[in-house]
Amino acid sequence: MRIGALLRIALRALAVNKLRSALTMLGIIIGVGAVIVMIAVGAGAQARVEEQIRALGSNLLLVMPGATTAGGVRMGFGSASTLSEEDVAGINREIPEALAAPALRGSAQVVWGNANWSTVIFGVTPEYLDVRQWPLAAGRSFEPAEMAAAAKVCLIGATVAKQLFGSADPLDQSIRIKRVPFTVIGVLEVKGQSLMGTDQDDLILMPIKTARSRVLGSASAAKQRSVGTIWVKVADGIDTRHIEEQVRSLLRQRHRLQPGADDDFSLRNLQEVMAAQEASSRVLALLLAAVASVSLLVGGIGIMNIMLVSVTERTREIGLRMAVGARTRDILGQFLVEAVTLSLIGGLIGVVLGIAASLAIGNYFGWRIVLSGQAVGLAVAFAFVIGVFFGFYPARKAARLNPVEALRFE
Amino acid sequence: MLIHTRELVKLYRMGDGEVRALDGVSVDIERGEFVAVMGPSGSGKSTFMNVLGCLDRPTSGEYVLDDKRVSEMAPDRLAAVRNRHVGFVFQHFNLLARTSALENVELPLVYAGVAKKVRLRNAMDMLERVGLGERAGHHPAQLSGGQQQRVAIARALVTQPLLILADEPTGALDSRTSLEIMRLFQELNRQGMTVVLVTHEADVARYARRLLHFLDGRVVEDERNEALAA
Repeated sequence: MRIGALLRIALRALAVNKLRSALTMLGIIIGVGAVIVMIAVGAGAQARVEEQIRALGSNLLLVMPGATTAGGVRMGFGSASTLSEEDVAGINREIPEALAAPALRGSAQVVWGNANWSTVIFGVTPEYLDVRQWPLAAGRSFEPAEMAAAAKVCLIGATVAKQLFGSADPLDQSIRIKRVPFTVIGVLEVKGQSLMGTDQDDLILMPIKTARSRVLGSASAAKQRSVGTIWVKVADGIDTRHIEEQVRSLLRQRHRLQPGADDDFSLRNLQEVMAAQEASSRVLALLLAAVASVSLLVGGIGIMNIMLVSVTERTREIGLRMAVGARTRDILGQFLVEAVTLSLIGGLIGVVLGIAASLAIGNYFGWRIVLSGQAVGLAVAFAFVIGVFFGFYPARKAARLNPVEALRFE
Repeated sequence: MLIHTRELVKLYRMGDGEVRALDGVSVDIERGEFVAVMGPSGSGKSTFMNVLGCLDRPTSGEYVLDDKRVSEMAPDRLAAVRNRHVGFVFQHFNLLARTSALENVELPLVYAGVAKKVRLRNAMDMLERVGLGERAGHHPAQLSGGQQQRVAIARALVTQPLLILADEPTGALDSRTSLEIMRLFQELNRQGMTVVLVTHEADVARYARRLLHFLDGRVVEDERNEALAA
């Protein structure tokens, strides 16, 4: 018997019990819809993570000073100041594919008029903005003369601008950082949250020399040229791992470390950190889809249930079909096609509702939604497989009926 | 010879014991015969019909239908034999509900793999032959009992089978309609169709030209009665 004939029989049988067919389909509709929504939301979250990575700059290396040991007590990374401005200059000179920028970190209370705010201070060089790929929303960057003279100028992050100035224009205003007056020469663009959830816009940048002498106040002569961290941007198209090794060996050489000795700094490849982050968001997306497919499975059980009822109800019909010449595979095919028709129609309706729901969720919550043909195809294919899987047992039960007993069935 | 059975035995397992529904039945039926199978309930006449119709296989013994040893065929081959060579008529018609008379008649041809156009033409021819040409589009619920049984007979005839097997075909009909149906069988038989019918009513059986009496799974009397057929 051809598939077309089987399909017609199936559609007719389903049309006889419209409400029942619709309710049975509902399980598959909800299942497929849920799978599509979950994949869309998961893929959206993943896309957002990827976007953040791009915003941060995935081709970044972060060098932090090593740990100190004080009386056998080992401190964490960053407790020693083993990195210097000479290291930064060395990297920029020796490794042309890399752009290094130092940062010296501290915190301070800042005041403008009668507003005040506690924020993070970074002493940096103009390269810092290039390395972090962080443009200015207004104003200008530091000039070489200002760098050399430890001028009292600063760039403020969007959060600081909002907290101190509200709607006023911060440019050329004088603010006090630890009681030292500074002129605001620029405002940074909004960068948003970091992957760890901290507000990246809550900061003030100033020339590193200014920070060292006026704000962070480390007077020790030995630390005159030391820096807190070094950011290294790797040129596009260059393998960050390759540059990572070059930076490592250059710093070891500069710090005169014996072969076999531990690094006195720590080097992090942000790309690898991001890759891990991305992998975890992918796992989350997968998990969401898996949970949604459980409801698809439940929908499949609903189909099996209704098909078993249908086989019992139509025992005499099955007997008659066998009497007029239906073979085992004709009966098997008839009920299998019926189950698959239920699941596929349900699946298609589920696709439509799932897409609609995804768009609605994206609109309502402002979440990023990514709909893909692949996900839709997967959901429909899954619905088909569910139909075959859960339709097979009832269909086989029908096909195995004894015609004599089936005809006599009341 | 159309039907040839030798020592047919059918055993049913019933709880601990066994029931011998057929206990050595040997019957030959020629083409063109009109046979009525009679006997009290439990005498094995229905089992005999099921075996003749290839719905059921004998436990032992031999059944040859049109020179083919049917008793040893696999289920799917039996389905093909039922499809092509046997036409069934049941007591309760067994028409598909919510399906037109024409589509009901067409059903065996669907399983025979006949093309749609040919199917519809043959089905229509058969409906006209039983006098229901203008009811082709009606559903069973819109037809009287007698009309439904005519549709069932058209369905049995549509594949041009070797024989018609009718199991109590008038059991659900009133006496006047029964008469019409029996006349139809008689007419078909006169045109050369072999008809075997099961009944427990002597009134119905008298249309046949041969009577097989069953008792306890055996044929106890094989009576040829040309006079009754007149």
